[in-house]
Amino acid sequence: MANFLMKRFLQAIFVLLVVTLIVAFAIRLTGDPALMLTQGAGSVTEADLMMIREALGINKPFFVQYFDFLKGIFTFDFGRSFMGGTSVSYLISKSLPATLMLAATVMFVSIIISIPLGIKAAVSKGKWADQTIRIVSLIGLSFPNFWLALMLVLIFSIWLQWLPPSGMDGFASFLMPAFTMAIILTATNVRLVRSSMLETLQAQYIMVARAKGLSENTVLYKHALRNCAIPLITYFGLQFGGLLGGIVVIERVFNWPGLGTLAFDAVSGRDYPVLQAVITILSMLIVGVNLLVDIAYGLIDPRIRTE
Amino acid sequence: MTDVSSSPILTVENLSVEFGHTRVIDDLNFSVMAGRTLAIVGESGSGKSVTSQSIMRLAESTGASYPSGRILFSTENGEIDLLSQSQQEMRSIRGKDIAMIFQEPMTSLNPVFTIGDQISESLSLHKKLSKTQALQESVKLLKMVRLPDAEDMLKRYPHQLSGGMRQRVMIAMALACRPKVLIADEPTTALDVTIQAQILTILNDLQKELNMAVIFITHDMGVVAEIADDVVVMWKGKKVEQGPVKELFARPQHPYTKALLAAVPKLGSMAGEPFPKRFPITVMDGDGTRLVGEEKTQETARYDKKPLLSVRDLITRFDSKKSFLGRVTHRVHAVEKVSFDIFHGETLALVGESGSGKSTIGRTIQQLQQATSGDISFEGNPFSGMTKAEKQRLRQEIQYIFQDPLASLDPRKTIGFSIAEPIKTHDLIRGEQKIQQRVHELLERVGLTQEHAERYPHQFSGGQRQRICIARALASNPKLIIADEALSALDVSIQAQIINLFMELQEEHGIAYLFISHDMAVIEKMSHRVAVLYLGQVAELGSRQQVLETPSHPYTQRLLSAVPVADPTIVRNLGRLRGEIPSPVRQVGNEPSIVPHREIAPGHFVAGTP
Repeated sequence: MANFLMKRFLQAIFVLLVVTLIVAFAIRLTGDPALMLTQGAGSVTEADLMMIREALGINKPFFVQYFDFLKGIFTFDFGRSFMGGTSVSYLISKSLPATLMLAATVMFVSIIISIPLGIKAAVSKGKWADQTIRIVSLIGLSFPNFWLALMLVLIFSIWLQWLPPSGMDGFASFLMPAFTMAIILTATNVRLVRSSMLETLQAQYIMVARAKGLSENTVLYKHALRNCAIPLITYFGLQFGGLLGGIVVIERVFNWPGLGTLAFDAVSGRDYPVLQAVITILSMLIVGVNLLVDIAYGLIDPRIRTE
Repeated sequence: MTDVSSSPILTVENLSVEFGHTRVIDDLNFSVMAGRTLAIVGESGSGKSVTSQSIMRLAESTGASYPSGRILFSTENGEIDLLSQSQQEMRSIRGKDIAMIFQEPMTSLNPVFTIGDQISESLSLHKKLSKTQALQESVKLLKMVRLPDAEDMLKRYPHQLSGGMRQRVMIAMALACRPKVLIADEPTTALDVTIQAQILTILNDLQKELNMAVIFITHDMGVVAEIADDVVVMWKGKKVEQGPVKELFARPQHPYTKALLAAVPKLGSMAGEPFPKRFPITVMDGDGTRLVGEEKTQETARYDKKPLLSVRDLITRFDSKKSFLGRVTHRVHAVEKVSFDIFHGETLALVGESGSGKSTIGRTIQQLQQATSGDISFEGNPFSGMTKAEKQRLRQEIQYIFQDPLASLDPRKTIGFSIAEPIKTHDLIRGEQKIQQRVHELLERVGLTQEHAERYPHQFSGGQRQRICIARALASNPKLIIADEALSALDVSIQAQIINLFMELQEEHGIAYLFISHDMAVIEKMSHRVAVLYLGQVAELGSRQQVLETPSHPYTQRLLSAVPVADPTIVRNLGRLRGEIPSPVRQVGNEPSIVPHREIAPGHFVAGTP
């Protein structure tokens, strides 16, 4: 197990290096920030541009810039934004909690709802409960999330005027963005729990557990669930990456002041330091969550732990 | 067998069970007394497992319903009908008064909980013991099933135990609350014979100790003869015969029972015969039985010619564990310096228990596995000197038949396609029409019809599927067929037919077989020579008469004495069988020592020094 975790940890570091390198390189292909900043400023000489580039630090060779950026990760100093000169660390520390809160809530709600529903569907396979759960989840899956978001705004903010259409202002503003993302995630997860549970319920030890006289809930939630947890958490871990990607879109729709909004603005302004930092933070989150998943394997399954 | 009380503890009356509209049990009646063992015998599809799951009322979770019948269970407060209990009420009976052991010890324990947790779970549930008390009681139970280091065992997980140890844990778990009735559903089928003998002894002893009624479900007549007091024979969901074990074996009444008993290979029944032999098969015919086929001695082995296949000093090892930096620390020593020859038209049996390396040898010959060292020659040509094309050609000359015929046929292709595939791969016949004709011939040869070619594997029974696999193996006109436990998954009546088919094909085409099996009685019927494997080395090698009638290696003797004989009049002493085969996994550098062989009679080799 220690070997396994050590390997995974080293892999995670390697992944982060590759991701940051690709990001830093790719972003510089998108255009010159100096030109962006001077747009509409009338007559700009080449010397002016050079000066701006020097001030931004983008005149240095690529690998020097990349190395500076890597150093910054350890001190949480990502430099200053090209737009307005605010410290990138400050921007991130403002928007990261908003995104994390949204993502964690969505993940949590979806898991809490999908496990009992998925198990219920698996146990009553082919009966009406199963059919209903499957049809409802298919409907949930079929909505594109941006469309769902707009419909919710239309209904709850414009027609009913119950919820604020955008911004982050208390619990009420939280409901629609969280609900939009949770609905699709839950729909996927219910199906996932169902199929993985169906397989586990075939196992002999489930019959053995029933033969002991254990209650159905003990059989399902103790004996069966822990055995199908491995594929489930693997998928939940991978899902987290997709969720963060989806948040960028949803944050735009609801004007949620999170990393997504920050990233969107940074892309439009070719704000290298901000964009690099946002993507690095996001990939650290994804890699970190998947590392946690690996640790969880060992906790759940003794066969992995003792290997 | 002792203390026979006058009234039965459990009585099944007019029980019928349906799944949807299919009736799988029809009007079943039997009863069992405390302290006695009732064996329910039948082949696959006879409804014997559904019967046991119905008594436990577990069959409902897989969709069963009970149109008629009662299952009466006698308690302190008089008789109750289990079928009219709610699931809630059943939960206080299950695991407490009636407990069950299942077939697959590898999958009947939950892999993510410790042994201690799993045994103490029943105790906390039914006896309301505290966690500590339950664990103390679990230690007692583990000692009762004779597991060493019982305290240490509590903290272990199922994957750290062997199959035999797991089945003992399963028994300890079932006996936790001292049930009045124990249902054992094929509890030893998945185990090696020496382990099976140990488990049967434990069950037998504990039954006496606890005065339990045991319902023992099995397909193995040898096991029935060994442990049963009374026998119920089931066939297609009906009881066809019932009686005390000796009576039933001596004077079977129903034609199905007669056919079943006739089909059971009995170890020792061919003593004095130098060659394998084909026997006529007893089949049901209306109210009676009829013999099909002829008796014929299998004198097909051509010892006058050079050997077809020679294996010399074969070693096959796999890496099993690596250190952090990727260096191998442990290896499985599957095959260690094994040498033998197979002659044209000969059947050589490779016998051994799990981990003996018998399948690895087969796979290495078929080039499904890379040998670590040693050489194999086919018709005098060593594999090591062959070109790629020659090796590919060998795949035509040597064919492989696996244990599970369903898993070895592509479910999405017609069986006609599967049989034609080797013909097309090796370009043996050109032209679709001619190939079809050959496929039809092959199907008819193995006892199927032309029309079957268009069907898919799931449309056949287990025995038919194995015939299909044989037809596919024959398609490339092989000189050697490796049959890896090819009969193990089949019912005995089907087994007898397939054995005869194998022998007929050997006579017609002079095919040699490498027959890999753990079943000594089948080996006695089929093989010319026998090699007994123990931990990757040949313990004994000789003609079938030499090895089976004068076994000279202690392991061969042990193996033979563990085989249950389908004759209830023979009383065996199984007490001396103890312990398990050690693991073939070794640390790198710790090589096993190779035991030299000596020839004690012409062609009879035994490992070890006198």
